[in-house]
Amino acid sequence: MSDGKIFDEMWGHDEQLRGAYHGFHDWFADEDPARLRAKQREAEELFRLTGITFNVYGRAEAEERLIPFDIIPRIISGAEWSKLSRGIEQRVRAINAFLHDIYHNREIVKAGRLPEAMISGNEAYLPQMVGVQPPGGVYTHIVGIDLVRTGPGEFFVLEDNARTPSGVSYMLENRETMLQMFPELFSRNRVRPVQNYPLDLRRSLAACAPSGTSGKPVVAVLTPGIYNSAYYEHAFLADQMGVELVEGHDLRVVDGRVAMRTTRGYTPVDVLYRRVDDDFLDPLNFNPDSALGVPGIMDVYRAGGITIANAPGTGISDDKAIYSYMPDIVEFYTGERPLLQNVPTWRCSDSDDLAYVLDNLADLVVKEVHGSGGYGMLIGPTASKKDIAAFRRKLKARPSNYIAQPTLSLSTVPIFARSGLAPRHVDLRPFVLVSPEGVKITPGGLTRVALKKGSLVVNSSQGGGTKDTWVLEE
Amino acid sequence: MLGKTAGGLFWMYRYLERAENTARLIEAGQRIALTRLEAGDAEWTSILQSAGVKGAFDLEYDAVTRDAAVDWMLRAKANPSSVLSCIESARENARMVRTALTGEVWNATNAAYIKIREKLARKVSERDLPEVLREIRQHTSLVRGMTHGTMLRNEIYDFVRLGTFLERADNTARILDVKYYVLLPSVSAVGTSLDNVQWETILRAVSARGGFRMEYGPGGGPAEITEFLTLNKRMPRSLAFCVDKLRSNLRYLHRGVEGQLPSLAMLDHLERQYLSHDIAAVFERGLHQFIEEILDQLGRIARQIEIDFRFFQ
Repeated sequence: MSDGKIFDEMWGHDEQLRGAYHGFHDWFADEDPARLRAKQREAEELFRLTGITFNVYGRAEAEERLIPFDIIPRIISGAEWSKLSRGIEQRVRAINAFLHDIYHNREIVKAGRLPEAMISGNEAYLPQMVGVQPPGGVYTHIVGIDLVRTGPGEFFVLEDNARTPSGVSYMLENRETMLQMFPELFSRNRVRPVQNYPLDLRRSLAACAPSGTSGKPVVAVLTPGIYNSAYYEHAFLADQMGVELVEGHDLRVVDGRVAMRTTRGYTPVDVLYRRVDDDFLDPLNFNPDSALGVPGIMDVYRAGGITIANAPGTGISDDKAIYSYMPDIVEFYTGERPLLQNVPTWRCSDSDDLAYVLDNLADLVVKEVHGSGGYGMLIGPTASKKDIAAFRRKLKARPSNYIAQPTLSLSTVPIFARSGLAPRHVDLRPFVLVSPEGVKITPGGLTRVALKKGSLVVNSSQGGGTKDTWVLEE
Repeated sequence: MLGKTAGGLFWMYRYLERAENTARLIEAGQRIALTRLEAGDAEWTSILQSAGVKGAFDLEYDAVTRDAAVDWMLRAKANPSSVLSCIESARENARMVRTALTGEVWNATNAAYIKIREKLARKVSERDLPEVLREIRQHTSLVRGMTHGTMLRNEIYDFVRLGTFLERADNTARILDVKYYVLLPSVSAVGTSLDNVQWETILRAVSARGGFRMEYGPGGGPAEITEFLTLNKRMPRSLAFCVDKLRSNLRYLHRGVEGQLPSLAMLDHLERQYLSHDIAAVFERGLHQFIEEILDQLGRIARQIEIDFRFFQ
């Protein structure tokens, strides 16, 4: 890991300006801070008027909020990126092979590399998917791999998002905003474009259409509706791809196909990019109270009449308990050593691990196995004694609900603070598309940044912001 | 195109049109109140009636005062036709149909929502009223301009127009309905200052003073005003104009489809029955009844459009 000293992506461990930042540094040195401050405000106004908002859960009035945007780009060199993307591709291929295996022959269990209970005892495991062959053999059409960095070449996977990863609209809007505000920066630096993502996504989804599809596949995005926290993104992606944005009540099963209600009657859909969780997808097959899904869609799916992206049941591969087995999973299916490291993880379901975790709570990060969004976690080093004691009780009551990891000293990237450039901790979520034509990784991704000094929590729901992420041409 | 999207567009533009009409009615009321000599708030009663919100207003207030009427029409959350409620509903529908709108139209709608909500966050003083009304009109005009200038002329645009003109026809008919008695030639004492004020209210409420003078010169009384607002095909808020637009948009939507479109048949019927005679025939039939029947038919046509294009099922 690291010697405890924090790695800054602009200045390294030793205050030496790193290569990728030279062009930016020269530009910044000549800039008037007052002008930049005005630009920062202009960017915020632009986001506000465009309505790039997310809805906050758990508040009385559904409130739309902006995710703060920081104008200082995060810059990754071409060489760093090619190394990273090889690791990401390897991991994503392994995840798809793993999903196919656990819903078919379960070779990995037979080989003794994964306990059976990790599958059948998992909430995200869907027995309805056993033996189902998804069109094109793809389970995870869209993946977001969360990475953190601790040193020049040290990247760790923090989390695999294989259900419905969000945030790609921010990647695109952040770049759009930077292009509008600082065009000169892009003529000085050769930044690889991200703008092709929506068309790549459409192409990738179309390539996964059911084998019987004739003509150009009909693609649609399924959203829970305008009150969902990521609705902006759903509308954005449908718009950019030029496909329909549908809700459950726009769809029904007609003559063995899933069809959408148009002004002239029902039209079959070939590929559904759903942003609705498995449980809500089909009230006949899953949660009977769901009003968000389509009754009978799973039966059409099993009969090969529609592609659902991502496939139902993929959640088992990004579960935090399965996460700790990822190095084994990668090795088992690719026959190679994992190129990307996992963060060492203690499974609290294991009594030895639990004992260690309980003894070292003040130094560890403890997370819920099924949690997300930074909720319900303990960050030992910054937690109060009282918080730790309260968490200890929760942990003892349901140990199998938790995993623990060491606190990594996450890398920092400068933000534009009142006093000028100031380092803040970041993570990175690159976006990956999978189709029978191959794995495609958009050069860049979503950089989330903890705006509070010293904070390690980058989640937008907890006061994190975002940055444009550059990958330079090699 | 999704039925839901068609419905969302239809309602988005109905609400935008209604917001603008309500603002225009407030402007007319304010103007009349300032230029009239006798005291009292009588004019606000008929303004509230014209906006179709008098009934709900009476549940909230004991008496009609200028302040209460303006606030009710401008900002009341309990009034679904207040400018604020309309802008919020328009924007919510716009969010729902985001993929059918150009970025320019969406941004203009969202900006209208943000700015108007700011302006209407607290009670508007009499001094600030003209400025606030101007801003409302400016923002809704921007959305209309962006719609006109950037949207493809395809079926999306047809539903935009259907919503706009149905709402507009409904508004014009409602204003006439409230004021029909001042337009009856037999009853009105032609030339009194009271009548002049009343007629001006009507013309101002549909932004038609200038147009009316252009069409009819310095003369022109109740028969001409009625004709202008019902049968004139060049006046963009007249019933005949709106119905004409509704018909051409329904025809575009029906192009290449077999069979009869029920809403289009109903519209043709409305046109034949009510709008293809001269103004003398209208008065002969009875202005009040004429307007009542048209309002009723417009309501039926709106419901039929919902069914014909599968807005909800």
